[in-house]
Amino acid sequence: MTHPPSVLVSLKDVSKSYDDKTVLAALDLDIYDGEFVTLLGPSGCGKTTILRLIAGFERPNHGQIILAGEEITQQAAHLRHVNTVFQSYALFPHMSVFDNVAFGLRMEKVAEPEVKERAIQALEMVQLANLAHRRPHQLSGGQQQRVAIARAAVKRPRLLLLDEPLSALDYKLRKQMQNELKRLQRQLGITFIFVTHDQEEALSMSDRVIVMREGHIEQIGTPRQVYENPKTLFVARFVGETNLFDAVIQTKNNHHWTLTLAQQNVCIKARTHLAHLAEGQKVKVLLRPEDMRLYAPADRQALADQPCLSGKVIERNYKGMTLDTVIALEQGGQILVSEFFDEEDPDFDYRLGESVLVSWVANWEVILVDEQVSPSVAVSAVEEV
Amino acid sequence: MLHFFQRPRSPFKTGVLVLIWGWMLTFVLLPNVMIIFTSVMTRGDSHFIEWQLTLDNYIRVFDPLYLQVFISSLWMAVITTLICLIIGYPFAFAISRFPAHVKPFLMLLVIIPFWTNSLVRTYALKVLLATKGLLNQSLLSLGLIDTPLRMLYTEGAVILGLVYVLLPFMILPLYAVFDQLNYNYIEAAQDLGASKIKTFWHLVIPLTMPGIIAGSLLVLLPAMGMFYIADLLGGAKHLLIGNLIKNQFLDARDWPFGATASIFLTSAMAILLYAYWRSIKLMKQQVNV
Repeated sequence: MTHPPSVLVSLKDVSKSYDDKTVLAALDLDIYDGEFVTLLGPSGCGKTTILRLIAGFERPNHGQIILAGEEITQQAAHLRHVNTVFQSYALFPHMSVFDNVAFGLRMEKVAEPEVKERAIQALEMVQLANLAHRRPHQLSGGQQQRVAIARAAVKRPRLLLLDEPLSALDYKLRKQMQNELKRLQRQLGITFIFVTHDQEEALSMSDRVIVMREGHIEQIGTPRQVYENPKTLFVARFVGETNLFDAVIQTKNNHHWTLTLAQQNVCIKARTHLAHLAEGQKVKVLLRPEDMRLYAPADRQALADQPCLSGKVIERNYKGMTLDTVIALEQGGQILVSEFFDEEDPDFDYRLGESVLVSWVANWEVILVDEQVSPSVAVSAVEEV
Repeated sequence: MLHFFQRPRSPFKTGVLVLIWGWMLTFVLLPNVMIIFTSVMTRGDSHFIEWQLTLDNYIRVFDPLYLQVFISSLWMAVITTLICLIIGYPFAFAISRFPAHVKPFLMLLVIIPFWTNSLVRTYALKVLLATKGLLNQSLLSLGLIDTPLRMLYTEGAVILGLVYVLLPFMILPLYAVFDQLNYNYIEAAQDLGASKIKTFWHLVIPLTMPGIIAGSLLVLLPAMGMFYIADLLGGAKHLLIGNLIKNQFLDARDWPFGATASIFLTSAMAILLYAYWRSIKLMKQQVNV
């Protein structure tokens, strides 16, 4: 966003609990006008609850919700200028596609000729005007999904809430709908709040990603910030796959740090935002599988000034675009290396059990302070293999 | 269907099929054939039936005297159905909104009266409603009335008895649809700006329509035949079709006419059931249940 954006929705100190279970704890969140925000997190992290609070299906136990400058905390759902696309679509089964889309306008007592015009327009927007007379159950999953979007968007809300709307679709259709949703959001200029537990979906669609965990926000940032500079270990592990190493800062100056990592000394660029860390401080070093490189043992000379770990190939997974290799390190632990195919490279294909050297692109490591790490985290672990 | 018959039968399958078909033929088809046969015979003095074909019975059914019974019987059944619907609809909705572990218990409470014979329960009602019955005595001793109210042997008493016995038949199918009702639809309607009343009208009623129809049929049809309730609570004046049939067989000893009346009742039920079946088919096309 180039100009300073205005806040459309604000959650101020919002708490919500069911019985004695706290779902949201003193949450503060601002959503800007016109942006595509994704709430990302594992199930039970409270992301759907936020949506339901904004839609008005639930009331917070504490705190305020403000929409376009007006407090709506206690306002009934049917009075809010917010519309929802439900995970199950919730298309009314006894009404035609057209009547489904027209329903919201008719509730507003819009004159019937205008209802007709706007409903057809909304259906054209999702390329379904030709199926207006059908019943929802006569449509495919993807078509039902698009009707649900048209039905919510036809009312021209300030804010569209989408609760895991793509989770019921197969992979290919999901990709297609992701693009379509992005296109619609640009076209309509409506603010989208999109809930998902699919990190790939979150990264590819959003202006901003809000990573949630157990009722609080772990990190807010652009997809790139969240992926490349995760603030916490949870974010790092949830958003994408990670290789994690325990390390200790040995020496540091203004330009370089030396870390001990897997019984090796590794020299990295100084991290200014972590300048407060002292020598001897334990840290976690995080490396993305795609930043790792594999070499044959014979290449050790050439890698002299690079971090270099040795191990054996124990698993190889062909993924089409990439080849994922799991390496058992000599120093203990496993790591995952994800490499793009390079047909020119004769060494690319390693056999199971073969000894290899593992290195990574210098200075792409993410350093996290150790304090937030639970003891259960392994010395170095391959996540989600 | 075709490959079902082509598959080699197991002895169990053969046994089950023989049992079902045997049962249907002996206890459903045969009695009905006998009734149809009887209905076209002449009344006999010594043997109930005289072997003489006649259509007189079918003409007699349209006698204003009997037509009157049909109409008043239908009237009471319709009122009973409406009362059951008005009580049963919110009742079933309320049960469906209870937590999952309470629901079976509440449904058990609805079903428990079935364990007592409805004849016994109707006698209990009679005790309550009698001129010197419990209700009148309580009202008298409370000073709310000076003379006992006449409650027994009225149309109201018959309808009360029918509602009392048949209410569970309304609640059960309604509960089934409410329990299946996807609450997402209701939230979606509210999300699109529908108030509570509009949500009820545009969503809840259409989506529970199969239950409304099923419950209404389950009440309406038996209500026309429950002769013992009319006997016990309505005296001789408020007859149901069931009473007419019973009287013909047991009191007037006119089996052929009793058979004809029973064919009329059965046909009425068949027509209603067919209408239900058609409406469900239409619903299924409309509602993706």
